[in-house]
Amino acid sequence: MIVRLLLALVLLAGTTAQAEQGGDAARGEELFNQCSGCHQVGQGAVDRIGPHLNFIFDRAAATADGYRYSASLKRAADGGLVWNYETLDAFLENPRAIASRTRMSFRGIDDQQDRDDLLAYLRKFSDDPQNIPESAPTAAAVDHTVAPEILAIVGDPAYGEYLSGECTSCHQTSGAGEGIPSITRWPADDFVTAMHAYKVGVRAHPVMQMMAGRLSDEEIAALAAYFEQVEE
Amino acid sequence: MALQRRTFLGVAAATAGTLAAPMVLAQGKPRVVVIGGGAGGATVARYIAKDSDGAIDVTLVEPTRAYYTCFFSNLYIGGFREMNALGHSYGGLAAGGVNVVHDWAVGVDRDAKTVTLAGGASLPYDRLILSPGIDFVDGSVPGWDLSAQNAMPHAYKAGSQTELLKAQLMAMPEGGVFAMVAPPNPYRCPPGPYERVSMVAHLLKSVNPTAKILIADPKEKFSKQGLFEEGWANHYDGMIERVGPDFGGANTSVDPAAMTVDIDGEVTKVDVCNVIPAMKAGRIADIAGVTDGNWAPVNAADMSSKIDPNIYVLGDASAQGDMPKSGFSANSQAKVCANAVRGALTGSTVFPARFANTCWSLIDTNDGVKVGATYEATDEKIAKVDGFISATGESADVRAATYRESEGWYDGITADMFG
Ligand SMILES: Cc1cc2nc3c(=O)[nH]c(=O)nc-3n(C[C@H](O)[C@H](O)[C@H](O)COP(=O)(O)OP(=O)(O)OC[C@H]3O[C@@H](n4cnc5c(N)ncnc54)[C@H](O)[C@@H]3O)c2cc1C
Repeated sequence: MIVRLLLALVLLAGTTAQAEQGGDAARGEELFNQCSGCHQVGQGAVDRIGPHLNFIFDRAAATADGYRYSASLKRAADGGLVWNYETLDAFLENPRAIASRTRMSFRGIDDQQDRDDLLAYLRKFSDDPQNIPESAPTAAAVDHTVAPEILAIVGDPAYGEYLSGECTSCHQTSGAGEGIPSITRWPADDFVTAMHAYKVGVRAHPVMQMMAGRLSDEEIAALAAYFEQVEE
Repeated sequence: MALQRRTFLGVAAATAGTLAAPMVLAQGKPRVVVIGGGAGGATVARYIAKDSDGAIDVTLVEPTRAYYTCFFSNLYIGGFREMNALGHSYGGLAAGGVNVVHDWAVGVDRDAKTVTLAGGASLPYDRLILSPGIDFVDGSVPGWDLSAQNAMPHAYKAGSQTELLKAQLMAMPEGGVFAMVAPPNPYRCPPGPYERVSMVAHLLKSVNPTAKILIADPKEKFSKQGLFEEGWANHYDGMIERVGPDFGGANTSVDPAAMTVDIDGEVTKVDVCNVIPAMKAGRIADIAGVTDGNWAPVNAADMSSKIDPNIYVLGDASAQGDMPKSGFSANSQAKVCANAVRGALTGSTVFPARFANTCWSLIDTNDGVKVGATYEATDEKIAKVDGFISATGESADVRAATYRESEGWYDGITADMFG
């Protein structure tokens, strides 16, 4: 870790000026709301639907410990992709330009200023280690809470596989997706929470409200269990 | 129908040596033959092969080497998609363990449980699944039959017909008239003709803005009517005229040689005419003797034929109840059927049937709308549970997001069908 930080600090010289010049970290924090459904950053950040983003700058792509990356991003990493200002900027502009079948279901940010601000915010958690302890933990990865006894239900992945036929008319099992987000390999708790948010109408999407509306708690758990472990 | 179980199309069934593969059936394995590699057939073949992991021998019979989706074929007419982006090959299915045979099925012997192919081969089955799509009802639009499909294309099976219709639209004289004879219920893709009108209007607005569109419609109401009419007023004001049954739209005939359309005695000379006739189950369903009238009645729990328990009928060809005839519906029914067939042949767990459908339509650039519902199996039919439809007056952002979603759906369903 120390070695990596030192290395990061050395390498930083090139990017600091650029990111600080163009980026407003406070505004970036607000913009991060569109990311926080899947990514955490800051103290206590852990992998959720997407990997945590602490120390993302100068990290070789697809190397957050324990996170199961898409085959597409792993291929990009094998090709030598390292996250720095330029590559993150390009990825944020159009994720599929970097990894064509990434599970990051995000259209990208067209506005250069928005990207600069976001990167200025993220950089606080990469190259400035002393800032991390003071940062508030980011919002939970989900927008709704469900009763612990619902989260505790152990789903049957075989039933989930059958039920998943209803999902795969639109959502691709491979995790690829544009227009329709990836639902592959989400942590089961996040999957369950999101589906219940649709079921009770907290999340607004008519198709998903309809689909979730008739799934029982056990069926949602079964789907979560299946999609958490499905092979791409 | 019950009297004559062994019937053939009028095709010489003597060509030798075409098909070695299907004759080499694995010993002792249960055999499933699927006729038709479209939304229903490709999905069911893929799922049975995938989920049974080699325990079931699956053969798919489909004459074409590339399947061109009807879904999004209207977007090709509007200029939003390339034709080659609508084509899908069967390589993924073959790689997934499906024995793909490119030929026509021309006969079904329900007693011997065999399917005869145009090439002469005979395929034995334990279970037969039919998903042949639609054919047209003879004489439903007086003056039109299949021999007139070049003068007045239907473009209701995608591919060369769709290209022909678009070429005719592009060649239309300035200020000319495009006519559509819309079909009576039930037919494949209830919003399809009206999405087509929208896409034709979009195309003409840019290449031929003084052109007019005339719809002769035998139906009082149509799918997503409020949304389409709102969109037409917003984007194509004054361009589109629809004559419903109250003004004689149900009493329409055509003359392909003279290029005229006669609506209740009023004859109009038109430049391009899209005749979408009344529809019925793809002919092989009739040949197999599993139709009652125009469609093949099925049990909602597993899509098995009400006439022969060893035969299943999916998608447009089936009479199942409340689901619209759509690619989404066929794909949904295929997964219920795959689970049931696998259970019947290998004893695997059969889960209760559940169905869903959503149909997106594009009205103009970034103006997408959708309608959808969930369904369940009851004793007599597939019955609607719950549904929704886009609202009129939605914001441009919502409509743009709906369109993007439809693009995602296209990628999703074609991946689900073809692997
Ligand atoms: C313009 C248009 C737009 C549409 N848009 C949408 C949409 O947006 N969303 C949607 O969900 N649906 C849409 N649809 C409807 C959708 O295309 C059909 O409902 C769907 O394809 C039905 O699937 P199927 O399996 O029943 O038949 P098909 O997909 O038509 O497949 C039938 C297959 O069987 C083969 N076949 C037929 N007879 C034989 C035989 N004797 N032997 C061997 N093979 C045979 C055919 O070659 C064909 O490949 C649209 C349709 C049209 C025309």
